[in-house]
Amino acid sequence: MNINIIIKIKDLVKTYFNGEIETKVLKKLQLDIKDGEFVAIMGKSGAGKSTLMYQISLLDKPTSGEIIFDGIDILKLSEFERTQFRLSELGYVFQDYALIPELSSEENIMLPMLMQGIDEKIAREKARNILNEIGMDDKYTNRPNQLSGGEQQRVSIARAVAHNPKVLFADEPTANLDTVSSMAVLDLLKQFHKKGQTIVMVTHEPEYTANCDRIIYLEDGHIVDYNYKI
Amino acid sequence: MSLLNLYKNNIKSFKVGKFLAIRQIRHGNIWISILIITILTLTFLSLVVVPGILIGLTKGSFQQQREQLTGDLYITTKQYKDSIENTQDIKRILDTIPEVSSYSIRYKTGVKVTSGYIKRDDFTNDAENISISAFVINPEKEDKTTSISNFIKEGEMLSSDESGYVLIGSTLLKKYSKFSDLFDPLEYVNIGEPVRLTFTGENRPSADSKKGGIDVPDSINEGKTSEFIVKGIINSKVGDVSSSIFITEQDYRHITGKRSLQAQEIAVNHIDSISDKEFKKIISIYGISDYAKIRTAEEAIPKFLSDVQRTFSILGNLIGFVGLIVSSITVFIVIYINALTRRKFIGILKGIGISGASIEISYFLQSIFYAIIGIGIGILILYGILVPFLAQNPIDFPMSDGVLIADLWPTIFRALILLIVTMLAGFLPAKIIVKKNTLDSILQR
Repeated sequence: MNINIIIKIKDLVKTYFNGEIETKVLKKLQLDIKDGEFVAIMGKSGAGKSTLMYQISLLDKPTSGEIIFDGIDILKLSEFERTQFRLSELGYVFQDYALIPELSSEENIMLPMLMQGIDEKIAREKARNILNEIGMDDKYTNRPNQLSGGEQQRVSIARAVAHNPKVLFADEPTANLDTVSSMAVLDLLKQFHKKGQTIVMVTHEPEYTANCDRIIYLEDGHIVDYNYKI
Repeated sequence: MSLLNLYKNNIKSFKVGKFLAIRQIRHGNIWISILIITILTLTFLSLVVVPGILIGLTKGSFQQQREQLTGDLYITTKQYKDSIENTQDIKRILDTIPEVSSYSIRYKTGVKVTSGYIKRDDFTNDAENISISAFVINPEKEDKTTSISNFIKEGEMLSSDESGYVLIGSTLLKKYSKFSDLFDPLEYVNIGEPVRLTFTGENRPSADSKKGGIDVPDSINEGKTSEFIVKGIINSKVGDVSSSIFITEQDYRHITGKRSLQAQEIAVNHIDSISDKEFKKIISIYGISDYAKIRTAEEAIPKFLSDVQRTFSILGNLIGFVGLIVSSITVFIVIYINALTRRKFIGILKGIGISGASIEISYFLQSIFYAIIGIGIGILILYGILVPFLAQNPIDFPMSDGVLIADLWPTIFRALILLIVTMLAGFLPAKIIVKKNTLDSILQR
């Protein structure tokens, strides 16, 4: 495994303000994630797992601290650069799949590629190849409402990796799935990880962390264990 | 960022925006699409139809004035003159000009019409009478020029071959008059029954110088009196026609003994291949303007009518403008609510790296699509249904038959305004929602 640090987090703080009420969710976190690593973030509800992932994945802005992503201080990027960065370097898998309902499976996968300027024909071919790879060769033109939850999540993973991101973020990807579908999704993640994909996954189910290289355990906004053992 | 990169990014944003727009239209909520298109169609129609009918009202009035009274060119007496000098010379000139398709020479005289002197409900009162203008005409030439026979509501048209008959305007009769509060219309006038005409002289105001041609009864008139049979009742929305009576030239000369050949007005029509202005130029070459006032039909429009047209035009534009504002707000709200319900997906799109510009462009293009379809349907309804239908079935207004005037260029102009407003109304909500925090949109906080 490559031992380069791809994400370096220093003194990360996230505080939410609701009027005069101040809620500190992340409290001066330090974390390194290596290139090619499959990291699970675990913790109880309200520990700050998702909040941590939103900060690293540029979906939210931390209150203070530093996130160095492959040598770039991503908190200094402009809004436009953040969008570009998310497109070129990151992939997302959301808990509720987050597929665009008007687009078919292949079109959902094509979308980030089109935004990167890849020709529509080539993007479609790539999308179909990925769908073939994940065993959904008969679902190219199905729209999300014509797919099961497990299938939607697989398409979501396919969309997240189609443009070869450096890091794939998965926010409780199995939360809405039954055991069989969950295993299929985890197998898929494992499959991409084996090809060298760095994955950061938030989960609260210990049994789904079997394929992870490392488990980070959060408690009350602090990382209490960098290599948590089930 | 270099200009080249900016250009490339814009192209990418446009392509992705187009990609999203097409699919959102194709697979989006059909009812929202129908609602937006319906709003746009109705807005377009209100923008065009309301001013079009208001303008059509006055245009219809002008047209009727032209067709039933003035002709394409209206030759009348000069100021301070009782008649057109050298009328017979003008007649000879008109006979030689190839561009003249028809003309009608009219003599005007004042008459007192008395009716109900044979039978009426109450013989303790005097027989009813009214003083008005009479048109003395050659029925055949008049009909060729103004198709007066088409406006006979009851009875028949006059003929030069017979005498002792009169046509009477419907406004003068109680059973048809809509102005009975302004004067006392005649009650005992029926087809085939007699009326007594007393000729009171030629010094009547010309048709265009007073409204409706209706006078308050004069004091006791002097002049020749004769009995005529009512042959027809003319119903026209041109006041000068419907509030006058018509008798033949032979009868007039026979009864009054009048030998003067100087008329009060001549209505002239030209062939279709030239304009009124060109025709006026041709006529003017012959020096007719030395003896008479020559006006095109448009120039002869009574001032109050052109004032009404101006007012209606302003009113129509005002109503259209208000309609445009209301519709743009409605389209804005509908698209805003539509975008708001899709806020999560807009957040996801931003989250996976789709640029805000692409998302805005997708809404912008959807707005253009809705506007084109809405306006397109509006144009089809306008020119395919409304204009031909109202041309066949004009709206019955007291002053004219209201048709729908929808000239091409003003219609295109209004369509373009609506298109631009709709594009903005579609673009702004998307811009507002795209600006919201990505995570808040995804989590719908």
